[in-house]
Amino acid sequence: MAGVAASGGSVAADTYAKARHWLLAPSWLVLGFFVFAPVCVMLIYSFLTKEFRGGVIWEFSFAAYDQFFFDRGLFGDAEPTLQWTYISVFWRSIWQAGLATILSLLIGFPTAYFIATRPEGSRAFWVFLVTIPYWVNLLIRTVSMKFLLRDEGPLNELLINIGLINDPLHIIYTNLAVQLGLFYSYLPFMVLPIYASIERYNFTMSEAAADLYATKWTALRRIILPAVKPGVIAGCILVFVPSLGAFLAPDLLGGAKNFMIGSLIEEQFKGNAGNWPFGAAASMVLLTMVVVILLIFARQQRRAEAQS
Amino acid sequence: MLDHVEIAVDVRSAVKRYGEFTALKKISLSIQDNEFFTLLGPSGCGKTTLLRMIAGFEDVTKGEIMLFGNKIETLPPHKRPVNTVFQNYALFPHMSVLDNVGFGLEMLGKSVPEARKRAAEMLELVQLSQFAQRKPAQLSGGQQQRVALARALAPSPKVLLLDEPLSALDMKLRKAMQIELKHIQRETGITFIFVTHDQEEALTMSDRIAVMSAGELQQLGAPREIYEHPRNMFVADFIGDTNLLEVSVDKIVEGRAYCQLGGNHTLTCNAVDDVGVGAKVHLSVRPERLILSEQATEAESLKGTVVENIFIGTDITTIVNLDDGPQFTVRTSNSDRGTKRLIAPGSPAFVNMETGAARLLVD
Repeated sequence: MAGVAASGGSVAADTYAKARHWLLAPSWLVLGFFVFAPVCVMLIYSFLTKEFRGGVIWEFSFAAYDQFFFDRGLFGDAEPTLQWTYISVFWRSIWQAGLATILSLLIGFPTAYFIATRPEGSRAFWVFLVTIPYWVNLLIRTVSMKFLLRDEGPLNELLINIGLINDPLHIIYTNLAVQLGLFYSYLPFMVLPIYASIERYNFTMSEAAADLYATKWTALRRIILPAVKPGVIAGCILVFVPSLGAFLAPDLLGGAKNFMIGSLIEEQFKGNAGNWPFGAAASMVLLTMVVVILLIFARQQRRAEAQS
Repeated sequence: MLDHVEIAVDVRSAVKRYGEFTALKKISLSIQDNEFFTLLGPSGCGKTTLLRMIAGFEDVTKGEIMLFGNKIETLPPHKRPVNTVFQNYALFPHMSVLDNVGFGLEMLGKSVPEARKRAAEMLELVQLSQFAQRKPAQLSGGQQQRVALARALAPSPKVLLLDEPLSALDMKLRKAMQIELKHIQRETGITFIFVTHDQEEALTMSDRIAVMSAGELQQLGAPREIYEHPRNMFVADFIGDTNLLEVSVDKIVEGRAYCQLGGNHTLTCNAVDDVGVGAKVHLSVRPERLILSEQATEAESLKGTVVENIFIGTDITTIVNLDDGPQFTVRTSNSDRGTKRLIAPGSPAFVNMETGAARLLVD
């Protein structure tokens, strides 16, 4: 379009430029109100002083970040050392989210491939099946998961009845339960973008690979995967980022030892025990991490595009 | 088949069904080693299906396919020593031209440097050496086509399969590629099986042509044989232009059939085994075998009126209506001699032909 406008003379180009501004205005408004403004509020609050019953005192302070990263002893006068409590919560969140991403990829890719290779008429039906869980609220689904995984829940009952185990497995309130919850919540976000890119893939290229003596596995690795990489990356981001900040699954399925960032932040804003600046600071750290990860992905993507 | 001719591909009673639909109805044909063999027919005739069965992309419902004496119809594509040039090239977009061409060799276990060395030689063969480092998307259609050819030739397949590889090119490029393909086939000595719906392309390049229609083999033979002696109506109509006339056989004398065209016009032609007296059949005469004149000049001469002269470049096509009879198309070469034979529209004229120009067809 830009090329057409340019060759059509400056008058046409100006008209388009003006129209473009107005047409984009609603998007900018939505982004401004619901993304940029809340992030600014968070940023400001993270530099304020806490009020003991929740809320803030309007006084500039680094205290929230200091509390996040440094341990100054019980009375705040010891030599500052690195505060491992919160860093370990972050670390657990990262590997839980990473594991959920890998599991979703391992299950999601074959699923997406299966759907994309069905006859054209029946693909919509399979996609519909993938989206069915979204008809029920995530909270309700996570609570159901809790009942499923209980010591005396249906899963354990089934395993005992078929004789695989004698005593119930203690899955609930463990990292495994949190992992299952994350994996289950975000799997469709992996399947759908990968499906979209496999559907666009020209399967004659797989035939060409087979014709040139490549086994199915080699064709997948050397031809299909590079072609559908954008979908895989999109799926990984869509699973990893929300998993990282998730709080329903760790809150309901995990115990005190399975705390993740989402729960940590939520706690700071709940009831009277909260510490708003600290919650805001933790949010900012999380946000920074996500942005850094996205930037790395984007840079790699650009580099790959520059090569081709 | 003679003993000393080696058979590259032998298709034996091959049947292909998709559910209720039969795409190939029991096809048998033998393709010789070093041959440029063409499967020719309109779209939906089963020619591509047959090619894909040889490549291994389609299962064979019934029958056998032999490659130099070995049964291959149950082998997966990556175990068949044949390579394919695809209609839309199917080049790998994320690999350089060089790596595309070297891919097959790499899969056969060659090291990357070895594969690249051979790939570079193949690119030289198709005159694309200077584009080795480019990505396929940076090449023109004709260049991509040659990369696809080099890629399929690089592993030195026993048989090269070409699925309408020239159909996406413009006419000039297509003609040049037809000649280049033919040269490469002679140079490499590899058996080519070429699929096309373009009869002119088939006639230009092939050693032998199998004409197919509706899942059946209509005729198999050298281009000249098929053009000059079409076995049935479909072949006569599909290959080249022809005058197809409905006739009834009045009598057969000394191996010649006397055919009634209507309006008291009669033509004689060689009798055919399956056509007896009284039969209503079709007769085919190629327009270029007809000579137009003001007087009857040959044994077979039909009187009519010129309707129109149409200039088509190398030739001039004249439409002639026989008095109370059928219409003929006559083709005269656009040369000094030919142009002198032109007769103005509305004037009476004779359509002359040598004995043997007309052929009776079995339907």
